[in-house]
Amino acid sequence: MSDLFKNKVHLVRMAGLFLVGIVAFVILRWWMVPKSFGEYGHYRGAALGEIASLPMHYAGRAACEECHTDIVAQRKGSPHEQIGCETCHGPLLAHAEAGGEPKPALPDSRQLCPRCHSASPYRPKGFPQVVVADHAPEGQCTACHNPHAPKIS
Amino acid sequence: MGSVLPAVQGFMYPNEVELQWSVLIVLYPYITGLVAGAFILASLERVFNVEAVKPTYRLALLTALAFLIVAPLPLQLHLGHPERSIEMYLTPHTTSAMAMFGFVYLWYLMVVLVLEIWLDFRKDIVLTWRASRGPKRWLYGAMALWYDNISPEALAVDDRVGKAITVIGIPSAFLLHGYVGFIFGSVKANPWWSSPLMPVVFIFSAVVSGIAAVMLLYMLTAWWRERKFDIACVDTMARFLFFAFVIDFSLEMLDLVHRIYEADESFRALDFMVHTKLYVSQIIIQIYVGTVVPLALLGLVQLVRLSPRVRSWIYWIAGSLTLIGIFAMRWNVVIGGQLFSKSFLGYTAYKMEWATREGLLPAILLMLLPFGILYVLVKLLPPWPAKPRKGDATVM
Repeated sequence: MSDLFKNKVHLVRMAGLFLVGIVAFVILRWWMVPKSFGEYGHYRGAALGEIASLPMHYAGRAACEECHTDIVAQRKGSPHEQIGCETCHGPLLAHAEAGGEPKPALPDSRQLCPRCHSASPYRPKGFPQVVVADHAPEGQCTACHNPHAPKIS
Repeated sequence: MGSVLPAVQGFMYPNEVELQWSVLIVLYPYITGLVAGAFILASLERVFNVEAVKPTYRLALLTALAFLIVAPLPLQLHLGHPERSIEMYLTPHTTSAMAMFGFVYLWYLMVVLVLEIWLDFRKDIVLTWRASRGPKRWLYGAMALWYDNISPEALAVDDRVGKAITVIGIPSAFLLHGYVGFIFGSVKANPWWSSPLMPVVFIFSAVVSGIAAVMLLYMLTAWWRERKFDIACVDTMARFLFFAFVIDFSLEMLDLVHRIYEADESFRALDFMVHTKLYVSQIIIQIYVGTVVPLALLGLVQLVRLSPRVRSWIYWIAGSLTLIGIFAMRWNVVIGGQLFSKSFLGYTAYKMEWATREGLLPAILLMLLPFGILYVLVKLLPPWPAKPRKGDATVM
């Protein structure tokens, strides 16, 4: 061994150790990073197919409107016209696919309506808001308001 | 959140009421600052040949390593799922400053600190390897990479390589802590943080805290080992501390004056906050107790001739107050930046918990952990001269 090299053997060994670390990292990366990672962006490409294959729960407004034409007529021009049916009634694909049976349960309006209409300084000015306990201490909101056309006639 | 609501003043947006960055995020810049500062102090001796601080060189390196090992832990505890942190390396997001910091950290840990410590301690490692038996021999053999050439020529090579690493290490230390300032300084939505001066202020405050920490540790370890410390060395460190502190304080004041003169739309809200919620932590602790008093004490030593005994007492007090002041600075940046509303019309409060994942107890334990690691490192690689051993003069 030449003198020049003899004095640097430990450095070569340390460099070797770093190299082993880098190789181990490359192997780890190859082993741990999913093959489809980066296919479309900074995520696992295969995730798209997996998510798409998950069971569906929502039917969509168009499916509701095929049968419930009377409700479509009620909602026309009302402030709730743009709200999706399943926003209040919940996911109803099974109901739509089974041709209307079983009938879904009606939502509890005392729970549901205040989600949007309870008074809060964070809501826009002019948005209908009430302090529920003062406005209607008991009973369902639907006793006075028609949720599909929410104006007291 | 319910417990914080009574402390809310004025108008807060719903997502501002509860602070997201806790005391653990205060620890993180504090700890990385100590790392960077301790390393910069060590490199003074190495690169600029400041002989007087030589006795602290190795201790400073080991201190930097002990704190660097702990630096990512507050983040991992804060985020949860520490097992996922490896993903940062496996699938790096190149546009994220936080993700890129993982590489800066790894570079600094492995290429700068571990290599430099290994090269500097290699002679001691080899000598201990030769003199030991059993598992200890195996351990030191592994640390020496089973090569025991400590001839003057081989050590000269180590010295040259070590020096080159130190030269690379200085910008790395600046990068390490400048990054932490950058993370805050680049949040343009937050006027308390958003300032291009932030990385610079963080670097200088890091240097200040690092020098103060190593100075205290040097005196503490001397007391622990029942040895007299080298007062000339501490004098030099205190002088560096004073100068670094003057620059740091000037930069912070420059930032303050700039904010006052600019007086943008956030100024009244921030000014109110400094005079109310942050009054104790910013004005009293950070500025008076943690900056003005230690600066005055350190300045006094520069101007007046005092006995070594008085000087060492001053260094104890000034060093401790400096560390408290720098911690307060991190606190005021991290917590202060979350106490006011983006509407500039309201303020919230930080309610620190005790024995929860982000409470005071884990913060205290995390702050003690580097000292435990340092104790082990000092046992493994004693940074001070040992008694002469057999084989000391042996050269292969």
